[in-house]
Amino acid sequence: MFDKTLAELASGLDNGDFSSVELTQAYLDRINAEDSKYNSYITVTDEIALSQAKAADEARAAGNAGAFTGLPIAQKDIFCTDGVRTSCASKMLDNFIAPYNATVVDKFNNAGAVMLGKTNMDEFAMGSSNESSFYGPSRNPWNTDCVPGGSSGGSAAAVAARLAPAATGTDTGGSIRQPAALCGITGLKPTYGRVSRYGMIAFASSLDQGGPMARTAEDAAMMLNVMAGFDPRDSTSMQQAVPDFTADLAQPLKGLTIGLPKEYFPEDLSPAIALQVQNAVKEYEALGATVKEVSLPNTALAIPAYYIIAPAEASSNLSRFDGVRYGYRCDEPVNLEDLYKRSRGEGFGPEVQRRIMVGTYALSEGFYDAYYKKAQQIRRLIKQDFVDVLNDVDVIMGPTTPHPAFKLGEKSSDPVAMYMEDIFTIALNLAGLPGMSVPCGQTDGLPVGLQIIGNYFAEQKLLNVAHQFQLATDWHKQSPDGI
Amino acid sequence: MALDRTDVEKIAHLARLQINEQDIPQYTQTLSDILDLVNQMQAVDTTDIDPMANSLDAVQRLRADEVTEPNNRDKLQSIAPAAEAGLFQVPKVIE
Repeated sequence: MFDKTLAELASGLDNGDFSSVELTQAYLDRINAEDSKYNSYITVTDEIALSQAKAADEARAAGNAGAFTGLPIAQKDIFCTDGVRTSCASKMLDNFIAPYNATVVDKFNNAGAVMLGKTNMDEFAMGSSNESSFYGPSRNPWNTDCVPGGSSGGSAAAVAARLAPAATGTDTGGSIRQPAALCGITGLKPTYGRVSRYGMIAFASSLDQGGPMARTAEDAAMMLNVMAGFDPRDSTSMQQAVPDFTADLAQPLKGLTIGLPKEYFPEDLSPAIALQVQNAVKEYEALGATVKEVSLPNTALAIPAYYIIAPAEASSNLSRFDGVRYGYRCDEPVNLEDLYKRSRGEGFGPEVQRRIMVGTYALSEGFYDAYYKKAQQIRRLIKQDFVDVLNDVDVIMGPTTPHPAFKLGEKSSDPVAMYMEDIFTIALNLAGLPGMSVPCGQTDGLPVGLQIIGNYFAEQKLLNVAHQFQLATDWHKQSPDGI
Repeated sequence: MALDRTDVEKIAHLARLQINEQDIPQYTQTLSDILDLVNQMQAVDTTDIDPMANSLDAVQRLRADEVTEPNNRDKLQSIAPAAEAGLFQVPKVIE
């Protein structure tokens, strides 16, 4: 049951092999029994899940089942869920019962999905290890001394540990792709503007994007079919037609051109990671693709540019958390300034405070040009690098991360070292392009991810490229020992 | 780029963040480290490059000035730390 993909579960439900209530109860029981090892869920929504499962079974019996009816998923705790705590893994929102649904949540509800619960994450999506969560770190099911990655670490761990067949994540600098790589699952960050950000608690508004995290590209495609689409309530939502993302999965890859940027294979790249990725590329050649070396010369500037733009936007977005209208309020504030300073000082964790301060500094009088404006100029150069290469090749590939999962505590005292974990993923958010991570190997028992980057709105192509690899290999079917 | 404690205190005030006295040296160090990282940007000549605020160079979409959302004040205010008569309560602002 727990090894079945969403596609297989949908068939099972259609064939009457099991009901959605049975399936949901099985997952809830398993979460209850196993999640203490991984801490992948912040809130388990048993009653809601069973009530949604029951409604799904009734819809199916009445002949009204759609592609997603009755399928259970988990939602990253960054998506507002009406009547259910939405914490963003922060003390600031520990008591926040969202009064409305995010568009992504509404879309899954309308598609008949079952919500198992809200998953753990780095606080306010700021992190690459899930260690900054107010609710404690989530652990990697492949080795529980290791991080699952972040910020969508809980979603990645839940899927890898078979505590949900799939989950939603969000990606601002790699937060879907990096945990997917570290946990051996498949994650997709869509093109900016593809998935609505309404109700998705904002970190960096020009970079944030929600997307699917699952065990297969096919499942990710099924999820994207539900998640994608123009939303008038999101001012940056793009009016782009939503195709059936599952339609082109079976296309053969003959004639596909793949670019390997030399900057993604630096001298100091872990040889173990380089080997797994090179093996994956050879597999693609066997499937009919041609490979060429390309260059993204401004790759190294992506990290500095991001660590100005994202904190700057975050400092603005997080100014709404002031203890006045919702969320944490400090005890006995003596005046308004004290209310703001102590509610925020006590409600936010250290990484969030660090980033707010960097952002505040970058936007402050006298520094805007040297920092924020400069970063936005570099952003255009980074985008141009990709546009030039994607005029020449269909997709770009490379390792998703420079290392496999690192140990808990190994990087948490050195913020800059932590930031370098995003070196291959971050540029994509700056450029707004879609990207995936798919499992392509293992090193020392830990998963390695292959990153696949496509052109604007080319998620169908990405999913096809990933799916064909998953037909020819079985890295995505591996699970940790004992799971 | 080295910041000193007065810089950090000033930034914390702008951001309305109370930071503990004993944490100031740590924050000063880490913020300086982060600013060193981002100073790598200065090595590149970006004269005449248009800053890019939106990766698709999209223009802000506008809509007609018509009421389309329902008035949900009661529901939205029900989660406030302190509210009365439709108003949010805060410590006295005007002495």
